[in-house]
Amino acid sequence: MASASAFPAGLRLPAHKSEALAPAIAIAPAPSQAIVSLDQGSGRAALPCVEAGERVRVGTAIGIDPETRNRVLHAPVAGVIRAVEPRVSATGTGHGLCVVIDNDGTGDRDPALEPIDDAERMPAPQWIECLANSGVVGLGGAAFPTAVKLAAALAREATHLVLNGAECEPWICCDDALMRARAPRILLGARLLLRASGAGHCTIAVEDDKPEAIAALKAAFSSQPDERITIRAVPAVYPAGAERQLLTTITGIEVPSGSVPSQSGLLCQNVGTAAAVADFAVTGEPCIRRIVTINGSGVVRPGNLDALIGTPIAELMAHCGGYRGTPERLIAGGPLTGRALPDDGIGLTKAMNCLVAASTLDLAPRGAEMPCIRCGNCANVCPAGLLPQQLQRSAQAGELEQAGAWGLLDCIECACCDYVCPSRIPLTQRFCEAKSALAAREERLRRAGDARWRFERHQARLQADAEAERRAFDEARRRARNDGAS
Amino acid sequence: MRFETAAAPHVIAGFTVPRVMFQVLLALLPVSVAHVLVFGPGLLLQLAIACPTALACEAVALRWRGHAAGSFLRDGSVLVTAALLALCVTPLLPWWLTAAGVAAAVLLGKHAFGGLGQNAFNPAMVGYAALLVSCPAEMTRWPLPLVDGAHSWGDLATLTVHSFYAGTSAIVPPWDAYTGATALDSLRTGLGQRYTMGEILAQPQFGALGGAGFQWINVAALLGGAFLLARGIVRWHIPVAFLAGLLLPAAVAHGLDPGANAGPLFHAFSGATMLGACFIATDPVSAATSDRGRVVYGFCIGLLVFLIRRWGVYPDGVAFAVLLMNAAVPLIDRYTVPRIHGHPRH
Repeated sequence: MASASAFPAGLRLPAHKSEALAPAIAIAPAPSQAIVSLDQGSGRAALPCVEAGERVRVGTAIGIDPETRNRVLHAPVAGVIRAVEPRVSATGTGHGLCVVIDNDGTGDRDPALEPIDDAERMPAPQWIECLANSGVVGLGGAAFPTAVKLAAALAREATHLVLNGAECEPWICCDDALMRARAPRILLGARLLLRASGAGHCTIAVEDDKPEAIAALKAAFSSQPDERITIRAVPAVYPAGAERQLLTTITGIEVPSGSVPSQSGLLCQNVGTAAAVADFAVTGEPCIRRIVTINGSGVVRPGNLDALIGTPIAELMAHCGGYRGTPERLIAGGPLTGRALPDDGIGLTKAMNCLVAASTLDLAPRGAEMPCIRCGNCANVCPAGLLPQQLQRSAQAGELEQAGAWGLLDCIECACCDYVCPSRIPLTQRFCEAKSALAAREERLRRAGDARWRFERHQARLQADAEAERRAFDEARRRARNDGAS
Repeated sequence: MRFETAAAPHVIAGFTVPRVMFQVLLALLPVSVAHVLVFGPGLLLQLAIACPTALACEAVALRWRGHAAGSFLRDGSVLVTAALLALCVTPLLPWWLTAAGVAAAVLLGKHAFGGLGQNAFNPAMVGYAALLVSCPAEMTRWPLPLVDGAHSWGDLATLTVHSFYAGTSAIVPPWDAYTGATALDSLRTGLGQRYTMGEILAQPQFGALGGAGFQWINVAALLGGAFLLARGIVRWHIPVAFLAGLLLPAAVAHGLDPGANAGPLFHAFSGATMLGACFIATDPVSAATSDRGRVVYGFCIGLLVFLIRRWGVYPDGVAFAVLLMNAAVPLIDRYTVPRIHGHPRH
């Protein structure tokens, strides 16, 4: 096992993981009613392909991709569709279309689901096609469709697959639990991902504060050795698991700004995603469950649950002994990048790696914002090498052009700068807003450009028509004159 | 169950601006103690006038600018400005001059530019420079340090109080008995009069390291700087670059012509070297932005201090060196932007 090069910046944070890691992964009971959001966290909502009153079985497709028409969302329980309606959700504006399924308790499996025994020998495009209908997405939190990433990697002849088991953010430990308990599945997933992407090497990157996970992976590896796969420890520094930063740590290659990893011949997948790919091949069951960490001092028994997508968060919390006191905030994800949820009736999504019931003990009151004193702490910890103090000045002044020059779009929103800012400036929030403003402006410019193009074409057409008419008139007159003369 | 929502991140470290400023004040404790031991109680009187004046000016300026005074007054930054200015001026400075200097620092140096975080120039040095160019005689009248038992602490205290209340007392203090040129002054005049370095260094104003008395103040300031470094309030770039910028040329000059140039050790422990390196040049607001920029910035300040000490008309040059480089910060920042992850190397 090679040791990774030192991470250039970032934070060493208290992990808060040991308590949730103490019990083994528990299987959460199926909910009596599953609430499956059509946007599972990627920001791209699926189209519902079922209607209220329809009966579905476990694994029946309920949502398709609006463009590719691939089956990307599947019923986690068997039963009757109660409604397809907008509900409070964990994505976008906070409301989104959800498929609500009343569980009939039969657990009937869709008969079409069959294991894919020859996945390791299947041609890559065909295997990707299978995965495109499996609903497997990036389970690290981004929920980006795995098949799309694999297809891009295959098309660009990626050579190196990195499996991300860094899991650097505090509280979150679902990947650690998974690596400890199901390492052989991860290795199978690695081989299947190598098959699909055409890459020749795979590095499984695990933070060096997870010795049990590394030991479990090594044990699984020694029983089924594969010279293409290496296991590597990376320093436990937040955000070691950020995609671009991890790829640099492992390969030394910096993915150029504005391009995606596959353009550099790299592919990064979460270890949970690898296990989901393997599960799909072995059982034929699409991605309808994930491991989620339930953590925080606002829950009685922190732990990791293997739960069905769509299970209401309240039921997951109840399975962990319920709330301790009244938690202040419910966070989907970690404390630095997680999203505070307004309601625990929201169903589990594929993007939720962790749910923190945070009491006041876990939260830091922000206090009033003060002016920036240019101390430079933010630049000191920024893993993207930005100068957040300069960036925020431009962002706050609305100088989007200048903010872009300071690397606004290179900000990975890890919130390290926020964490260390003595002036309590909500830097990440400000950068997100500036990014939205920049995107909106570009959209406006694009529309304005389109409109101008249409206008100019219209003008040209009018002019051409007028010209043609005039010419026809001239021609007619000339002919009339000639006729008169003859 | 419903929950309150808030934007990420949900945790932050315990750093705050007031805490940073308080640690800086704490780090100034050793140098203040050394100052009082060496130059008598003058510093305490200076602080007694500087701090309230600074707070009053801050409150007035905030009111003028339409801000709620509360949180800004409590941030402590104005006390750091006041304390630094009090440490830089002579302990014999009449109170109204100190008050005027502090007013210039806070009103002109800080709030004229937009207050905390906006000032292009180091406020304490703006106040110092304003005093030095306005009242050079009062500003350069330093008491002889209490090192050789030349005079007692009590005598010095009496003198200091007289001087502090200048104009209100009929007694003309016996200046000559208690005040004299500082080591940097003596060096300048001595070299100007073609004395050899050996003759100059034999004068009582010179100690084993640097200026007598001043050397202990410098050692104490260095201790405070080490504390700030250890606490992560200050990072190494500016102090180390400052000292390199001052001491490397000093060493070269000394090596080339030891008879006409004091050695690097003398420069390191004389005048405001360590206070400048650890507390003044390190003011983040008026310093360059990136690490690389801060190295350039610190080095140039050190170099300017050397040039001013060696060839300028002022004996020490920390204030002017800092102010000049403050003015150069936009230029430095323009050429020292760090490379962003994923951007091409130039």
